[in-house]
Amino acid sequence: MECVFGLVGDGFAILVADTSAVHSILVHKSNEDKIMVLDSHKLIAASGEPGDRVQFTEFIQKNVSLYQFRNGIPLTTAAAANFTRGELATALRKSPYMVNILLAGYDKETGPSLYYIDYIATLHKVDKAAFGYGSYFSLSMMDRHFHSGMSVEEAVDLVDKCILEIRSRLVVAPPNFVIKIVDKDGAREYAWRESVKDTPVSSA
Amino acid sequence: MVGKNCFAIASDRRLGVQLQTIATDFQRISKIHDRLFIGLSGLATDSQTLYQRLVFRHKLYQLREERDMKPETFASLVSALLYEKRFGPYFCQPVIAGLSDEDKPFICTMDSIGAKELAKDFVVAGTAGESLYGACEAMFKPDMEPDELFETVSQALLSSVDRDCLSGWGGHVYIV
Repeated sequence: MECVFGLVGDGFAILVADTSAVHSILVHKSNEDKIMVLDSHKLIAASGEPGDRVQFTEFIQKNVSLYQFRNGIPLTTAAAANFTRGELATALRKSPYMVNILLAGYDKETGPSLYYIDYIATLHKVDKAAFGYGSYFSLSMMDRHFHSGMSVEEAVDLVDKCILEIRSRLVVAPPNFVIKIVDKDGAREYAWRESVKDTPVSSA
Repeated sequence: MVGKNCFAIASDRRLGVQLQTIATDFQRISKIHDRLFIGLSGLATDSQTLYQRLVFRHKLYQLREERDMKPETFASLVSALLYEKRFGPYFCQPVIAGLSDEDKPFICTMDSIGAKELAKDFVVAGTAGESLYGACEAMFKPDMEPDELFETVSQALLSSVDRDCLSGWGGHVYIV
């Protein structure tokens, strides 16, 4: 089951997603990156229907780039979040995208922010959020240990606690997770937490 | 709730998905203009979409008429927008509160397809609706001053949402 969660710290926002691509009972791959870099200072973590997830997040990414090309300045995180919600809301009563999104970004003026956008286009700015069955464990861990203004070390420690809970308590727990961070220096991959490594494919 | 030349509009702060609480600081009441507020309960996505459409329509009205909309007019606008979607409705129940001419308070609520319910004392909406009717009926007095109105509205809200698992986590109260 797909687990995505994130939180906001002191001058940064962190997003964590599992990395299994699953089809019914079969795990296709365990290193699928579900956190897309939207632009230099934004990350979008998506969970849900695999086709919709990739197509919708790529659509948002390309439109965010287009805005930057046309207008010469990048969108703020709030604007990108509202644009994403608008697209989901417009499609909702025609053919909805079954994707839940956590959008994290860093703006020079307002600092780090995290937006919860669920598949029926409910938008809310939050400090911590989670989707999927893993949310029952990660939200509770975050409720207990989170405080505003956490340092990177404290936040990654909390993330590891959440991953440990998911791994030990969720019956279909995903083995691997990817952690990405966004701060004033940009959006980048922070670490992987792997317990099952894919064997490398030998070249022909 | 209506007071003496003033009104109060209040909501709880929970944003949830069935049993799971997502946030405890959700703003359910929005300002249309200084003397008109709308609270939208129900499905959060529809209340956000509906609010955006209403602000759009009100801004156009302001440009054309060069004044703010009266609460009675606004209520009719909301009713019309909701009935437009009669066979695929917005899952929202609005509560509208405003001051019309001569500072006379106006309140009304609607169901999700736009059936207006005007009242002279109080209107309620949401999952804790029945509870709220009881609490408001018991605590309401006509012609309350703003301070007393604030106390009454707050106590009615808190006691009703405490009996409803889907509402709670505090309240927002606006007095105008």
